[in-house]
Amino acid sequence: MATIPVVQNKYEEWRLPSRGASGMISLIIGETALFSMFVLAYIFYIGKSVSGPQPAQVLDIPVFMTICLWSSSLTIWIAERAIEHNRMKQFTFFWGLTIVLGGIFLGGTALEWHRLIYHDGLTISTNLFGTTFYSLVGLHASHVVVGLIMLTAVFIFTLTGHVQQKHAYNIKTLALYWHFVDAVWVVVFTVVYILGR
Amino acid sequence: MADQTLPIGGALDITPQKATKQSFFEWLSEWFITVDHKKLGILYISYALVFMLVAGVEALMIRVQLAVPNNDFVSPQLYDRLFTMHGTTMVFLVGMPILFGFANYIVPLQIGARDMAYPRLNAFSFWLTAFGGLLLYYSFIGGFGLYGVGTAPDMGWFAYAPLTEKAFSPGHAPDYWAIALIISGWGTLGTAINIIATTISMRCKGMTLMRMPLFSWLMLVVSGLTLVTITPLTAAQIMLMIDRYLGGHFFDTQAGGSAVMWMHFFWIFGHPEVYVLVLPAFGIASEIIPVFSRKGIFGYAAMVAASVGIGFVSLGVWAHHMFTVGMSTPTTTFFVLSTMLVGIPTGIKIFNWLATIWGGKIVFATPMLFCLAFLFQFLIAGLTGIMLSAAPWDWQLHNSYFVVAHFHYVLVGAIVFNIFAAIYYWFPKATGKMLSETLGKWHFWLFLIGFHLTFDFMHIPGILGMPRHIYTYMPDRGWGIWNFIETIGAFVQAIAVLVFLYNVVISLMKGKEAGNDPWDAWTLEWATPSPPPAYNFATDPVVNSRRPLWDLKHPEDPDWKYE
Amino acid sequence: MFTGISKVLRRLLFTAGMTIALPVSAWAAGVQPGTNMFAPASKPAREIESLAIFILAITGGIFVVVGGALLYAVIKYRRRKNDDGSEPTQIFGSLQIEMAWTIIPIMIVVVMFLTSARLIFAIQDAPKPKESLAITVVGHQFWWEVRYPKYGVVTANEIHVPVDEATYFKLLSADVVHSFWIPELAGKTDCIPNHVNTTWILPTRVGLYKGQCSQFCGTEHAMMLLRVYVQTPAQFKAWIKNQQKPAVEDPAVAAGREVFMHNACMDCHTIRGTVATGRFGPDLTHLASRDTLGSGSLSNTPANLRAWIKDPDHFKPGVLMPAMQLNNKQLDEVTAYLCSLR
Ligand code: HEA
Ligand code: HEA
Ligand code: HEC
Ligand code: CUA
Ligand SMILES: [Cu+2]
Repeated sequence: MATIPVVQNKYEEWRLPSRGASGMISLIIGETALFSMFVLAYIFYIGKSVSGPQPAQVLDIPVFMTICLWSSSLTIWIAERAIEHNRMKQFTFFWGLTIVLGGIFLGGTALEWHRLIYHDGLTISTNLFGTTFYSLVGLHASHVVVGLIMLTAVFIFTLTGHVQQKHAYNIKTLALYWHFVDAVWVVVFTVVYILGR
Repeated sequence: MADQTLPIGGALDITPQKATKQSFFEWLSEWFITVDHKKLGILYISYALVFMLVAGVEALMIRVQLAVPNNDFVSPQLYDRLFTMHGTTMVFLVGMPILFGFANYIVPLQIGARDMAYPRLNAFSFWLTAFGGLLLYYSFIGGFGLYGVGTAPDMGWFAYAPLTEKAFSPGHAPDYWAIALIISGWGTLGTAINIIATTISMRCKGMTLMRMPLFSWLMLVVSGLTLVTITPLTAAQIMLMIDRYLGGHFFDTQAGGSAVMWMHFFWIFGHPEVYVLVLPAFGIASEIIPVFSRKGIFGYAAMVAASVGIGFVSLGVWAHHMFTVGMSTPTTTFFVLSTMLVGIPTGIKIFNWLATIWGGKIVFATPMLFCLAFLFQFLIAGLTGIMLSAAPWDWQLHNSYFVVAHFHYVLVGAIVFNIFAAIYYWFPKATGKMLSETLGKWHFWLFLIGFHLTFDFMHIPGILGMPRHIYTYMPDRGWGIWNFIETIGAFVQAIAVLVFLYNVVISLMKGKEAGNDPWDAWTLEWATPSPPPAYNFATDPVVNSRRPLWDLKHPEDPDWKYE
Repeated sequence: MFTGISKVLRRLLFTAGMTIALPVSAWAAGVQPGTNMFAPASKPAREIESLAIFILAITGGIFVVVGGALLYAVIKYRRRKNDDGSEPTQIFGSLQIEMAWTIIPIMIVVVMFLTSARLIFAIQDAPKPKESLAITVVGHQFWWEVRYPKYGVVTANEIHVPVDEATYFKLLSADVVHSFWIPELAGKTDCIPNHVNTTWILPTRVGLYKGQCSQFCGTEHAMMLLRVYVQTPAQFKAWIKNQQKPAVEDPAVAAGREVFMHNACMDCHTIRGTVATGRFGPDLTHLASRDTLGSGSLSNTPANLRAWIKDPDHFKPGVLMPAMQLNNKQLDEVTAYLCSLR
């Protein structure tokens, strides 16, 4: 068989996007579509409940919770930077802080729901507002829970010294998910607490 | 120097595979715990073929019941379960798994990778899908035997609310439907993510995106489409479950909920879903037609662009399933336009296949026969689709047997035909044995005749006003004769399927040895032994063009000169 | 061995072919289904038919051209017996050709779209004439409630309308989604709970037009039939007049009346002029003036009526009217009573 003349070393620099990033971005696209449906349902049903209570009567804007969640995006970003530069102490601190902030957010949601259920008598079966509200906020909260579980797992491994600089890449992929959860809250917050009130 | 640039030289592993003795249980557990993309691909395909028989038997029962007017072969309750389970099974447990099965098997080989991007996720996805399917079928025996046939879903594959709400479906039928599909949906999502990551990140040296074989390209598009279609279905099903179990009101029309919203949500999924099914079939045709015409694909770039275009446009046409729900005039008009526009990229694909054949030397092997039939049938199916997309006419045709004819023309005439083509084409690669050509031709002609008897004649009762989902009809309507012919056609199809099954079994036992490259083809999977070893390629292949094996076979006129 | 199988298959195929050929030839042509969308008898249906023929012509043309080219290519470019084994010339594309087969379809699509759009506007936004009949149709699992608000008439499953006059339907549903379809008069429109739809017809020929529910709505979806009687204005007037009267009070069937009023019948059915005011089932005030029972599932004869009341499930398995466990005497009486409701 004849030789095929080809420029040698043409593919020395054969680089492809990483598996982790393409996988995580795909997952996020899928999740976005999932959330969109709940958001659309929420918007569609604004003001369509046939009985009370209505959002304006019972919803307060959860300022503190929201600040906590959004600032956790900042702390996790600092942690990402830290591990890239092998500053493990800083990484541990900010990673832990992210978990705390996420935890506060979840606690806030729990308190809000407790108030709505026991004080205002709004449950998922009360009216359309209740149905869409608990579904949308609950779906987001469940993502926060999943995120927190993964963050906590990493935190534990960090404390035992299993997470090192060479894992920076995986950490970044995971952090991408957390950023996504925060970004979804921007939408949920706008739709539920601003548009819907 | 040569071995560096040759795609194959070093890649071919010629060490004979060691034949190790295994006990049956070792063999079995190997299939259970495998993370090899090839084994998982075969699992997917076998799983889907089993369900194809099950759903096919359901179709036969439907056809027997409808063969003559006022028939009482099955009760109305059972009939409703039959068509719901038939449609749901064919779409979710046959179409999707078999196409993702082919993707699993072929894509890594075609792009010169050793496995999928996430082998363990791959296995997990398969078992989720499998579990979803078993759960769905458990409904026949599970629950309270309402009418002696369990509580299998009985509300049509699109499960229109509020029929699925607690008030109108007190049993567990919609629950089985929703939960089984949510679970298998997660499996599908996992596979889609995996295929995207594989095609994006695992291509071998030199395999740029614009050199990727079209089947792999189509699977990339399909997987992207899956990400944004399966999840809306999951969302809608979660809402339904909230309604049924937590007393929510999403689709509860008594409490202000909207029945139309369910329709939108379902078809936002449902329409792109049918393209999720047909695009891999296009991919199969784009592999087989060039090889058996002995010509490279015509207009590769246009094919890629058209596929991506179909993917995008198909996201904006869903309400053509809802022309009769009383949408506003501008909305209706918009969906007429967007739907008709899909015909343009699809037409480009048809024309490019035609141009590929043009000037070639067509070899009428069984895979090619199925593909050629696909071309004609898809042309007709697409044109009946265009008829449906003209909204005023759809006000007549909607939910009539004309629609049933349209979509079986696509689902069977295009997709199932291409699935058979793919099986004949890649079976030698996966097993090392050729399928018998004699039996293959019988299979083809019988299936072709059966198909046309069944589905050509289905257009007519549709025009004569026969709605779908009816368990029987009055003799005075004049639908009887057409239905009788359809029933005969369905049985001819069944015979063809039996021939096919026999072919598979007999060829596995005493088929001709296939060798590495029985079809004289051009993509990388044919550079491996048949069946390929677990690691696919001994050394990573390097490619310089879209048809690496052509370059190898025709050093005097390699493809890369023209790129 | 393969040839042996081949023989068996050939015989099978032959038998199958014969089984088809026989009934087809035995089938007498000329069935009058009354549901043929290509035999329109009303304005929107006729306009839809012309659009259909237009689209058929275009798609038929595309089929002939593209299908013909395919067939030609398949025959012309098959590998011949005396092939030398060389590969054909490889051609990888051509911009001009690609452009051509993108632009021509775009133009075809524009034409089809504009004609469709025109008709959508013409039908959906048609100006409502001053003189038109208004009918409200409510879909129920598995029957149709028909109301003429202007005349105070309520009936079921059988709609009477005058010829050459527009009739506007308001479509509602009492439970799940149904769809209102009489192919020879107009396209279908869904009856959706919590969502009002309208449609209209302008029939031009007197006659009986059939249709049926065309959105799956539960077990008896198949037997949710519908009949439209297009009548001359005089016939229609007479019909309305009769329907407006309260129920006939015939002392000869008082016993049957008692049975009806002292059983659950009255909870589900209305008979105007009596204490029966139920709305779950069809209005029976003029039951005997209808041609069919059970939403078209059987013809309205005394024997059928009796059998229906005895066990509706026998005719319509899954129907929402229970068998009332009446004894034979009660059955005879109530049947006689209902037969008097002209
Ligand atoms: C794989 C499956 C598949 C595919 C590919 C398609 C393709 C198309 N379908 Fe179909 N369809 C279904 C599966 C599919 N469909 C199913 C399952 C249903 C019923 C669901 C249910 O109710 O249960 C359905 C129902 C359905 C409806 C709703 C009918 C109703 O319920 O009232 C409509 C209406 O517009 C429609 C239209 C189309 C169109 C326009 C295409 C186009 O993509 C076709 C494009 C192809 C061509 C046009 C031919 C080739 C082109 C040329 C040769 C170029 C020249 C042509 C022109 C210029 C026009 N389909
Ligand atoms: C990929 C999808 C797919 C495929 C391949 C098919 C294949 C077939 N379908 Fe179906 N069909 C749908 C998808 C599909 N269908 C969908 C989505 C619906 C709508 C459902 C709904 O409305 O809810 C539908 C509805 C539907 C109806 C309408 C029911 C109704 O509305 O009342 C009918 C009626 O004839 C029908 C018939 C057939 C027939 C005869 C085949 C044949 O082509 C089948 C041929 C295959 C076989 C005959 C199998 C052979 C089996 C054996 C040889 C068995 C022997 C083996 C053992 C016993 C182990 N299908
Ligand atoms: C639980 C409610 C219910 C009760 C009680 C009931 N019916 Fe009915 N009936 C219905 C419904 C619903 C239908 C429509 C059935 C269909 O066509 O699907 C119907 C239909 C009918 C019809 C046919 C009407 C038509 O126009 O097609 C007759 C006659 C009738 N009922 C008589 C009776 C008599 C007599 C009794 C008492 C002995 C009775 N019904 C009790 C619900 C009821
Ligand atoms: Cu009512 Cu179908
Ligand atoms: Cu569609």
